[in-house]
Amino acid sequence: MNYDQARYGDDDRNEPLLSEKDSTEVDPGEGSALPDDLTRDSLELPGLSEPELARHYTRLSQMNWSVEAGPYPLGSCTMKYNPSFADDVAADPNAAVHPDRDPETVQGNLELLYGLQEYLATIGGMDAVTLQPPAGAAGEFTGIAVAKAYHERNGNDRSEVIVPASAHGTNFATAAMAGYDVVELPSGEDGRVDVEALEAAVSDDTAALMLTNPNTVGLFERDIVEIAEIVHDAGGLLYYDGANLNALLGRARPGDMGFDIMHYNVHKTFATPHGGGGPGAGPVGVVEELAEFLPRPRVRKAGEAGRVGAADGSDTATAADGGALAGHDHDHGNADDHDDEVEYELFDPEHSIGKVHGFSGNWLVLIRAYAYIRRLGDEGLLDASAKAVLNANYLASLLDLDVPYGPFHHEFAATAGERDAADVAKGMLDYGVHPPTTKWPEMVPEAMLTEPTEVENKRSLEDLANAFNEAFADTDEELHAAPTKTASRRVDQTSAARNPRLSWHALDESRNASENANGE
Amino acid sequence: MSGRSAGVSGSPFAPHTADETAAMLDALGVDEEADLFDIPDEVAFDGEFGIPQRGERAVVGDLRETFARNDDLTEFLGRGHYSHYVPAVVDDLSSRSEFLTSYTQYQPEITQGFLQALFEYQSILVELTGLPVANCSMYDAATALAEAALLSDRLRSTSGSTVLVPENLRDGKRGTLDNYVDGSDLSVETYPYADNTADLDALGELVGEDTAFVYAETPTVTGAIEPDLAAVGDLADEHDALFCVGSDPVALSLLEEPASVGADVVVGEAGALGLPASYGMGLGLFACREEYLRQVPGRLVGESEDADDRRAFTLTLQTREQHIRKERATSNICTNQAWVALRAAMHAAYLGPDGLVDLAEDCVRDAASVAASLDALDGVEAPLDDRHHFREFTVGVDDAPGVAAGLEEHGFAVHTLDDGTLQVCVTDLNVDAADDLVAAFAEVTA
Repeated sequence: MNYDQARYGDDDRNEPLLSEKDSTEVDPGEGSALPDDLTRDSLELPGLSEPELARHYTRLSQMNWSVEAGPYPLGSCTMKYNPSFADDVAADPNAAVHPDRDPETVQGNLELLYGLQEYLATIGGMDAVTLQPPAGAAGEFTGIAVAKAYHERNGNDRSEVIVPASAHGTNFATAAMAGYDVVELPSGEDGRVDVEALEAAVSDDTAALMLTNPNTVGLFERDIVEIAEIVHDAGGLLYYDGANLNALLGRARPGDMGFDIMHYNVHKTFATPHGGGGPGAGPVGVVEELAEFLPRPRVRKAGEAGRVGAADGSDTATAADGGALAGHDHDHGNADDHDDEVEYELFDPEHSIGKVHGFSGNWLVLIRAYAYIRRLGDEGLLDASAKAVLNANYLASLLDLDVPYGPFHHEFAATAGERDAADVAKGMLDYGVHPPTTKWPEMVPEAMLTEPTEVENKRSLEDLANAFNEAFADTDEELHAAPTKTASRRVDQTSAARNPRLSWHALDESRNASENANGE
Repeated sequence: MSGRSAGVSGSPFAPHTADETAAMLDALGVDEEADLFDIPDEVAFDGEFGIPQRGERAVVGDLRETFARNDDLTEFLGRGHYSHYVPAVVDDLSSRSEFLTSYTQYQPEITQGFLQALFEYQSILVELTGLPVANCSMYDAATALAEAALLSDRLRSTSGSTVLVPENLRDGKRGTLDNYVDGSDLSVETYPYADNTADLDALGELVGEDTAFVYAETPTVTGAIEPDLAAVGDLADEHDALFCVGSDPVALSLLEEPASVGADVVVGEAGALGLPASYGMGLGLFACREEYLRQVPGRLVGESEDADDRRAFTLTLQTREQHIRKERATSNICTNQAWVALRAAMHAAYLGPDGLVDLAEDCVRDAASVAASLDALDGVEAPLDDRHHFREFTVGVDDAPGVAAGLEEHGFAVHTLDDGTLQVCVTDLNVDAADDLVAAFAEVTA
């Protein structure tokens, strides 16, 4: 596809900074109701008129790629189209309340939170869910903190968390942050967990194994039942990283596979635009015996002991009665039609780890996830995983690059082989697509980790494959010159790290002379 | 399952026609999508969730009904979650899909717009805090405080292991801090307040060689402006402890720069700009001194140039981050609050320095004037301290829970702190209803 990104600005810079458009210094202390010693002497910031502001940000937006502009197949990031209606719902002024409101006066919010807890428990095969963690990595931290509290309460303190070499970097960082030693588990030759290596790694010190399934090269860990057994026999817990849950919707549930704790990246699996890097939300689900350790507060129906009972949809759920909480006699938390008679309340789990966010998490993200699940229902969720997996396999089949391992689910790691994956990625930029994740995971040399998601159709996948193949076929020289059609040419990242300039103040300092030469 | 007619079957957001699906399956040599799944029978899920699919209009209508269950109260609530009027243009511009539906800027050449916007956000925080380094967002004030404490644990310049925080630190902050430091060598202790701000004498006795980190807020959780922040900073400095100030960007536009009173780190809730009331969702502000640069948690955007020598921006110092450094990363943060940061920067740029200072001045004047009106009522005392206030203040009454319940019946929400204390927060969004609030107070306490 022919592509040229908008670019604004002069020969030596793109769209000017806000501070280059206006810079006004005021003395906040002047005429203040506060005494001088409490106020600052000066504040210098840009203050643009509304039309100037509109143009500035519109221009910046046009120098930015997005999933609504075209494919964004970043492996492990699940960049799919997010429906607009969920944004509308999240902007409902009635939902915009303060977190300290008397719970009795925000029954609508509690109803939604309760319903989302129930939906997530059902989808994950878990018994209890907290919605408080504000991102996937925060969910990991919450989950590992719950595991730690569980072990400590059982007088069985442990020191190690096992993480496969191919896992997301957040798993390692999370385990370390919780105070655990990280034991890295090498991948087997087939790209999956090496069961023998796992047997050798587990011990009385094992607090948990952190795993995602399908894993980061899209492979399903077929030995999951055996893996769970090994970890459980050693007294450890099995943690599920929900980053790849989109591939499993309606096909398998972490709870059924033996996972004790999981986090959901609701912004990946369900709906929430990623907003240039957030916000997200990382609810955590646990099995019954861990429910008492979840962060406080949780939501329950008034008068209930607090649901721990699981959604065991495999046996008894039926669409006909809307039994999202099949296995329970009582109504299931307004998952379907709401009942104004049902009252909700907050409660603190008995051995709660406490708080992982100042308030109740990223509320506006939770609304979108709830709206999306209701919109899709069983059929839509099942089709999302179907098309995500179909798309990944179809795209892989069209590539001239080698794709090791397999069969894979929603994503795959092609290898650029002798070529530099980062260079191939820069070449792809000129074809009107965003390149995949490069050079990761390390188990695949010159990896190009690609996840098209369910939102690309056949034609779009073929265009994406062409971009891959044409960039891959370009000479090294051509790739080094790429990209040429983006707002910036190849950016010197080494210089940025070697001599950090992190604000316009720093630019002023280092470029004072040239600023003066340019004049006002 | 493969149809595209939304609302009938399948995902309405998977654009495949039945013919396309068939052709793709054919190319892969399988009969149906299910054949592509490599899931052993023993863990395959063959049940149903029991969630019916609904049309867009039905879902929107249903959720609007759900939210309509919330009582329509005029909120005089604060204590860490503040709302100011957000100009419509901020909603409009930030909702442009090129911002909203983009991702972390791993390919800087094609994401210059967002990178520049985040660089501008960092710059605004640098100006407001007086500190040279600001990251491009953390989840909220509580997690930013917790990360700041962990920073002190990583620095060689601090030798102690005690984190000192105000005794009346908000529960959500204290609880989050406790969890974050649980895996480190740090332990958390509190210092007392006198007259709703730091008790300097008591603090002086508590700070010692063992102290790694001293945290003070201005305004405090009850809205009092800390009268002598520099003295708190000096106490920390004497013992090589990190001095961390908690605030928000509106207050910082008026109050003395934290850097000028010795702050090493500034954290806080930046969602006071750009973010509407959102049930506690936040935007964590984090700024610090330059020497901590390589230990800063979260993401940083830096300036560089491209192959044509044009200025360009990029994520930088990523060797601190989890995707490169794994267990040795400075934090586990990956997804942050980038889009909320974009909105905060837009809001600040819209207001400009004059508008920001005006807004902050209103926070001081309106709080004082509403407090005075309440104080004039029989049986009501406000504020319950001798401090200057920003947005909020405490109110003494005989039966606080009873008064709060009475106010609720009149359509107002205020905080109840204990049997004899309420707290009221005034901003541009509720100031027009302040007279009615005072009248309701008069009626309820009469």
